[in-house]
Amino acid sequence: MKMHLGIAQIDTKLGVVDANLQKHLDYIEKARHAGADLLMFPELSLTGYLLQDLVPAVAHSPTPSDPVFKELFKASQDIDLLVGFVEEDERNRFYIADAYLSQGKLVHIHRKVYLPTYGLFDEGRFFAWGDNTRAFNTRFVRSGVLVCEDFWHVAPPYLLWLDGADLLLFTSASPGRGLTEAPQLSTSMWVESINRAYASIFTSFIAHCNRVGFEDGLHFWGGSTVYDPDGNCLVKAPYDKEAFLTVEVDLNQLHRTRARLPLLRDERTAMVQRELNRILSDDRSNSGK
Amino acid sequence: MKIDLTINTDLATEILTAFIHSETTRAGFQKVVVGLSGGIDSALSCVLAAKALDPQNVLAVRMPYRTSSPDSLEHAQLIIDQFGVQTITIPITAMADGLINEFPDMTDQRKGNIMARCRMIVLFDQSNAFNGLVVGTSNKTEILLGYSTLYGDSASAFNPIGDLYKTQVRQLSTALNIPNVIIKKAPSADLWADQTDEGELGFTYAEVDKLLYLLVDERYTAEECVEAGFARTFVDTVVNRIRRFHFKRMLPPIAKLSSRTIGYDFLYLRDWGT
Repeated sequence: MKMHLGIAQIDTKLGVVDANLQKHLDYIEKARHAGADLLMFPELSLTGYLLQDLVPAVAHSPTPSDPVFKELFKASQDIDLLVGFVEEDERNRFYIADAYLSQGKLVHIHRKVYLPTYGLFDEGRFFAWGDNTRAFNTRFVRSGVLVCEDFWHVAPPYLLWLDGADLLLFTSASPGRGLTEAPQLSTSMWVESINRAYASIFTSFIAHCNRVGFEDGLHFWGGSTVYDPDGNCLVKAPYDKEAFLTVEVDLNQLHRTRARLPLLRDERTAMVQRELNRILSDDRSNSGK
Repeated sequence: MKIDLTINTDLATEILTAFIHSETTRAGFQKVVVGLSGGIDSALSCVLAAKALDPQNVLAVRMPYRTSSPDSLEHAQLIIDQFGVQTITIPITAMADGLINEFPDMTDQRKGNIMARCRMIVLFDQSNAFNGLVVGTSNKTEILLGYSTLYGDSASAFNPIGDLYKTQVRQLSTALNIPNVIIKKAPSADLWADQTDEGELGFTYAEVDKLLYLLVDERYTAEECVEAGFARTFVDTVVNRIRRFHFKRMLPPIAKLSSRTIGYDFLYLRDWGT
């Protein structure tokens, strides 16, 4: 089976949801014409990233009555969508979230589990922590969603892999840093290395959609990529420029790669559970959060 | 420990020109104003702005004082001619001397600060007249060392070169074909005759950039830098300057009284809404 995956590597207006929604609808139209089955947007694509005190003002709920999601549900009738937004739950907690929409319905919500609160990041100050990492079925392939810092920790992609996800959808708003003699920033080298590694060790498809543009002095570097289960890069968007691209994903590659390299078959999950239980039951361990 | 300040100049140019374009246009402007001193830092900011916005949208302002070196005007002219930016020359002698002459025994440092602040007034006036934002020209070395006049040369709307050490400013300037005579001359604020940055600071930029890179970028302790061979007095001087002049890098603190106070819990980026 083959699917056409679209990536919308966009810039956003900080805190201006209406303008960002219009840009989403424009890219969705473009993707529809290009025959895409699924279109991914970056982290917080409807709001912008460094929101600080804007968080409560730009929050939405993915319900049919919500004015923003009403438009997105309508647009998702014949193309699946993954959009980034600030979610306000029924008890008024705010999450960095991605919503997967298909055939006019909400299929899955992922609330960012790891909120970086160090260095230039301050997410833990403004957002609530998600606490689920779950795979879900799509029309094409069982998938999983992670947001930025989530995939800097090995556990979330590992859990999604064991939960049946063969396509991992990663979204980010990654601020570029690390200017050296190299022709690319250190950040992009790190991200590309780990995404390729995940594709290879989980023998799965990894699609990463990163944003571009500036927010004050922070610069988002783009360079979105899709890797196949052999770790080959199927497509790569340019650095620093808005881009729309589609790529044909041949899901039968899972069959061929896993016939050659049965890492999933041989995964020792019972041992992992046993050892995790032992590690976490040790009072001296500080590994449990 | 590895100390390599080399940067990829193509990548730096791409990011910094995009930054200048973004910060200018999202604020509703098409044009910028740069104080062009004849030195390397303002030359680099000016050239980056010309690349980002088109030279016709860049106004290079020359602001000589009566004691300024003639070389400064000439070197600024080299940039203006080579990169085709718009230009205006506004001497600050009359406005600076208006205050300086009130105090016959004024120190050079006071006079220098007055000149720097006069230039700030001229630039922000030209900002209004030319309808362009003022581009900053302070590099990372001088910002960290606090080697600037508060509300003088440190004042700008945005700063494209503030995360580049002087050593890196030189590398990028070379790559952008800024004339060698500007890159090679001794850095100077040109506030009084024979003033040089390195003479005043007591060390060279090449030396201090390596130390700052270890302390700031790589998070080595002062003690580790001494063990690596940097003189203790040099390390102590630099560490002390970074702390002592931190106030120059901050907005003035506001005394908190209410439940929501600017600077503490009223937090928005400048790019809010754009």
